Amino acid sequence: MLIYTIRRLLISIPTLLFIAFVIFMLLELAPGDPMAQMPLTIPPEVKEKMRLALGLGEPWWVRFPLWLKQFFVVEPQYWIDNAFGTNFADGAQRIISFQSRSPVFEIIAERMPQTLWVVGMSYVVGVLIALPIGIISAYRQYSVFDQAGTFVSMIGFSVPPFFSGVLLIVIFSVQLKWLPSIYDTTHVVSDWDSFVFQLRQMVMPVMVLALQTTAQVSRYMRASMLDNLTQDYVRTARAKGMTESVVVLKHVLRNSMIPVVTVIALGIPAIFGGAIITEQIFKVNGLGQLLIIALQGNDIPMVMTITFLLAVLIVMMNLIADVLYGILDPRIRYD
Amino acid sequence: MPDGALPVLDVRDLKTVFKTRSGEVHAVNDVSFSLRPGELLGVVGESGSGKSVTMMSLLGLLPSPPADVRNGSVMFDDKDLLNVDAETLRKVRGGKIGFVFQDPMTSLNPVFTVGVQIMEPLRKHMGMSKKQAAARSQELLELVGIPDAKRRLGDYPHQFSGGMRQRVMIAIALACDPQVLIADEPTTALDVTIQAQILELMKELRTKLGMAVIWITHDLGVIAGIADRVMVMYGGQVVEHAPVANLFNDPQHPYTRALLKTIPTIHGERAARLTVIEGQPPIMTAPPASCPFRDRCDVAFDRCENENPQRYDLGAGHDAACFYNARTGAPRDA
Repeated sequence: MLIYTIRRLLISIPTLLFIAFVIFMLLELAPGDPMAQMPLTIPPEVKEKMRLALGLGEPWWVRFPLWLKQFFVVEPQYWIDNAFGTNFADGAQRIISFQSRSPVFEIIAERMPQTLWVVGMSYVVGVLIALPIGIISAYRQYSVFDQAGTFVSMIGFSVPPFFSGVLLIVIFSVQLKWLPSIYDTTHVVSDWDSFVFQLRQMVMPVMVLALQTTAQVSRYMRASMLDNLTQDYVRTARAKGMTESVVVLKHVLRNSMIPVVTVIALGIPAIFGGAIITEQIFKVNGLGQLLIIALQGNDIPMVMTITFLLAVLIVMMNLIADVLYGILDPRIRYD
Repeated sequence: MPDGALPVLDVRDLKTVFKTRSGEVHAVNDVSFSLRPGELLGVVGESGSGKSVTMMSLLGLLPSPPADVRNGSVMFDDKDLLNVDAETLRKVRGGKIGFVFQDPMTSLNPVFTVGVQIMEPLRKHMGMSKKQAAARSQELLELVGIPDAKRRLGDYPHQFSGGMRQRVMIAIALACDPQVLIADEPTTALDVTIQAQILELMKELRTKLGMAVIWITHDLGVIAGIADRVMVMYGGQVVEHAPVANLFNDPQHPYTRALLKTIPTIHGERAARLTVIEGQPPIMTAPPASCPFRDRCDVAFDRCENENPQRYDLGAGHDAACFYNARTGAPRDA
């Protein structure tokens, strides 16, 4: 298993390099000018100089390797320097945002906590709600509970977050005035009251995203449980005198989790992508919102870096899903 | 066998119905039998005759819905297993009555080691510690003839062959020294040599452990070699029941006789075709009001159309549910 993991990690290096190249070339070929948002009073020759100063005068075969070097060498050096007080980087050029002129990774580090809190929390909440729903729905197939779960899943699948989000804002912020419609990033949790405020401002974005996760994962869980509940080994477990909770939550669940864990792992990058819209709606200034602004401003290094980080996340989650599959299912051996 | 001893298991008028969309299917109809201590009762019949459903009804192992055990009593340990609370029933399952299923390839849980699966009933019913249960599991694997038992406890089911898995299943069923072992076609899914090995093993274990066994099969050859008494089932009811020698030498029910004729012989002239019983077994969509075998029977007469025969006692522990008296060659008195 370890050898397999190492091999997969090594294979992912060329994969990621290729992905980086494709993203870079797509951005290169896309129309757009980083100077487009500069005031019109700036003379064209000055704009041209600014363009050259950003390095845009160089051809792609110079800029792409440079970005790679900055991403894989310079940035880790700065990170190590920060952590241990060393001086590996020695003032080397970092990846700089066109818009804010500050290092891309510093901005990402600022935005990351909001995204992790809202998106990460929503995924955890969504999965934690989905698993019991799936298990009970399967165990009590066609019961009222199962029908209700199916209905909620259908809504979660078919209603996009840009609709459900706005609907929630209209109901709970505008009409009932229970919850704030804007996520306040500067809010610091210091005591009970501020913690309650943090919870209140998180509720809506988390619920909107969790609904989608719940809809998907609960259906997978239910289907997988149903597949396993009719297996012969379940009858064997009952014939051994095991209680229903042992039969369902040990024997059946352990088998049912195998495909579901894969779905959960592969859903993590997808939810980061899906959160872009939700972050916009609730004004959460997380990574998704950062990416939108960067796209609008033709901030190529920022777009490149965030997109590539998402690609890394996807590749890593694929690997983790495969490894978990091997751990959960003893019949699968990779070596 | 200890004739006349009190039965360990006494089943009376068992009736199981499956509710389906197109109505009810009467899978088990007023089945009665008893099992004496240490005896091996063979249950034969073709597919769909209600053998397995009968045995699973005893322990409530049928999924409900669609199954509904509607009537009857199953006396075991002075308790009626059809009317006990769930916990008592669970103590009987695996603790006092062991069950071996037909297909060893799917009957074990693929994600747990066989050690875990054997230890489960030991820990639940015998209250053993992990250590004791592990030691006992090793003994059990050795008992059922699995070499290198200690190491194999940590193996997963997919690392065992079919025959070995069935040995594991038998070890699980025997784990808590049950008074009764129910084996539901335990050799059907195995090839002939492995089948012979498992049969030998069962014979040996029975003498060693002295438990009563119910052996379900559709192989009369297996029954002849292993059983003390035989119960022939057809259409969800018992059609003939006799000590094994009587059944083979003096079959009374036309269905039993037809079954015995279907066994190909290795002596004499090679038959052009194998003998078959023409027709299909009935699907019982209503409680039987006539003999279920009448359409395929060579001695059926008008009474068979209007009445379902009871089991007539023929003496010497032999009974048959047929209006036709094979000994006299004439219908029985009404």
